[in-house]
Amino acid sequence: MRVPRVLLAGAAGLTLMLTACTTDAPADSPEGGSGAELTPDGEWFDEAEFEAQLAQREITPEGPEDQPWLQAIEPEWVDTSEFVHDAPEDATLCFSNASVSNPWRVTGFITMEQQVEALQEEGRVGEFRVSDAADDDNQQISDIQAFVDSGDCDVIIVSPSTTATLTPAVETACESGVPVVVFDRGVNTDCMVTFIHPIGGYAYGADAAEFLVEELEPGSTVLALRILPGVDVLEHRWAAAQEIFADSELEVLGYEFTEGDGAKIKDLVSQHLQRGGVDGIWMDAGDGAVAGLEAFEDAGQPYPVIAGEDELSFMRKWQEEDLTAIAPVYSNFQWRTPILAAGMILNGEEVPSEWVLPQEPIREDELDEYLERNEDMPSLHYAKFGGEDLPGFPEAWTER
Amino acid sequence: MTPTPAQDTRGPDGSRDRRGPGGADGPRDSGVRTALAALGRGGTATAALLLALIFVVIATQNPSFFEGPPLMAFAKKAAPLVILAIGQYLVIVSGEFDLSVGSLVGAQVVVAARFIDGQEPMTLPVIGLMAALGLVVGLVNGLVTTLLRVPSIITTLGTMLILFGAVRYWTGGAPTGALSESFRVPGRHGIEGVPFLGEIPWALVIALVLAAGAVLLMRSPFGRSLMATGDNDVAAAFSGVRVWRVRTMAFVGSSLMATVAAILIGGYAGVTAQVGDGLEFAAITAVVLGGVVLGGGRGTVVAAVLGALTVEALFTLFNQLYLPSTIQPSVQGLIIIAAVAYAARRGDLRLPERLRRRPDHPTERPLGTSRR
Repeated sequence: MRVPRVLLAGAAGLTLMLTACTTDAPADSPEGGSGAELTPDGEWFDEAEFEAQLAQREITPEGPEDQPWLQAIEPEWVDTSEFVHDAPEDATLCFSNASVSNPWRVTGFITMEQQVEALQEEGRVGEFRVSDAADDDNQQISDIQAFVDSGDCDVIIVSPSTTATLTPAVETACESGVPVVVFDRGVNTDCMVTFIHPIGGYAYGADAAEFLVEELEPGSTVLALRILPGVDVLEHRWAAAQEIFADSELEVLGYEFTEGDGAKIKDLVSQHLQRGGVDGIWMDAGDGAVAGLEAFEDAGQPYPVIAGEDELSFMRKWQEEDLTAIAPVYSNFQWRTPILAAGMILNGEEVPSEWVLPQEPIREDELDEYLERNEDMPSLHYAKFGGEDLPGFPEAWTER
Repeated sequence: MTPTPAQDTRGPDGSRDRRGPGGADGPRDSGVRTALAALGRGGTATAALLLALIFVVIATQNPSFFEGPPLMAFAKKAAPLVILAIGQYLVIVSGEFDLSVGSLVGAQVVVAARFIDGQEPMTLPVIGLMAALGLVVGLVNGLVTTLLRVPSIITTLGTMLILFGAVRYWTGGAPTGALSESFRVPGRHGIEGVPFLGEIPWALVIALVLAAGAVLLMRSPFGRSLMATGDNDVAAAFSGVRVWRVRTMAFVGSSLMATVAAILIGGYAGVTAQVGDGLEFAAITAVVLGGVVLGGGRGTVVAAVLGALTVEALFTLFNQLYLPSTIQPSVQGLIIIAAVAYAARRGDLRLPERLRRRPDHPTERPLGTSRR
């Protein structure tokens, strides 16, 4: 099997050239190429849901104003009297967590544990059992099955790792007769008592994109930084942004997948800056936003208009450098709600069947207030974590 | 399939299967060709060729890339991988692997952020602490591999997981603290006001110094022992090399290089939860692309450095071409396989003539001394 070396050299060269040729077009015509496609991918774009989420941003939620984690947008209350527990202080909550593999989930999980402590002190819930699937669907399916088989759980709470794969597992849990609470990412069933989530990815992406459209002159260039392809909550954010940018006069240079890695973000942004100006940055999550901004500093260019997230490293940079920025929020306080819902269910109180939590971006006028409230928090903490009134504040979050 | 001399076939114990004088079927080259071949040996020529080719394509896409500042920005970005590749080279050439470097870089950055916590006076003590941590990890990798005879791929896979888990446990998945400005200088800043180039990054200077140091090291008696160990550890042991010590030193070298890379990467982009992810494979890819044969005994430092630059240049090229990031790993894989296959056909990876004509050594002798 002697392969002529010319052939191999040719193959290597050809691969290079082919990639060069096939991707020439987008570089030349930013309107039509893969880099700056402004028609959302059908798989990830649901026009009706997009419109619904944009509308939900304007609706005043029901519930106590100072406790957004108890507010709900247009709730349909369902009866839970069949699940009343005689001695809620002995009731066992079982929580199947997808993972704590990023700072957002870490922050949320701490808040959740503190919320459990608060309800335990009030005697409204008992033991709290947690299994962590480390982002592995199969692990999470067996975690949920184990909870069902144990027969000890009085409420099963699930934060699914992926939508389609976890659906049968959640259905199994429902069939066992135990009340099931799902939050964050969804599943394709409505067998659970309540599904808790903030408004959603479309609203998040739209908040960010609309801000850029408002703040930038027509014809300005925008670079999109995305974490990963194929994750629904993130794809929805991008689909909404595509929809909004398509109707604007902004020129979208392209999008890059960064895995949230600061070094990669800084390198990618630096390269775009070498080839011409970047006036605005749209991000589908704020991880590494500061590294992106540093690329502008190191290139000696003015800061862009930027949509980050309510992560503190970004918000502190925003304040220090007086940036034109917005922090879209994927409400981290949602991690409190499933525990509170479990307490309500065990007490036979009504809960919304789909519990849509408010999701409001942090704008410049609220920046100082949120930074002050989170003064002692570490830089990878999320400003709207909503745990200020819980036991263990602030040590539980500062000494993680 | 009949093994040809170009193929690096292995005996059952992992040592090279020498087929004696019969293997020497190479043409009697003229003096010039021999000299050229010597230069190209170890894949240096292939890596250099590929790098040149990539640079040409980049230049056609973006002529301003070679205008100084963009080139220096490239050097700044590439320096950490170059340094990691030098460290990985030391280990691979001695016949082992080091999979722990990515996790180590991540751990070091997290340690730095936690202990410096934004305070300038802590910078130097914490760098000292990081060096100590690098030393310990290297020693553990080396001693477990050599004295406990755990294959290095297992040992370093283990340390990779241990470090990854320990950092996760310690930080709960979200690193805290902050780096000081002076800590970030080597990775982020440089010598300013240089004509034409603009700024010469400290990272480039550090990478050059380390590369030069590694070239000198490989020419020293230690370097020759390292090379001999990777080629045939039994023979090396018989000729008086303390194999366990040489290999342990290689692991320590790799871990210390990872520590330097961590300082540069942390300096370049600050702390994120993902720092260091996947760097071990980028480093191994770089070394392989440079033509340092997995299994040890051959290849040059320069080739490893060129390999690292090639990997980084590929990333830059993909970006220049607006190649969708989803397909990038596949294209990268194709190019690497084609390049290494090309190098093998050319004979870059073939044993040097004098070694191939050496009389047969019965290396399969069950001496049990292969890891003294």
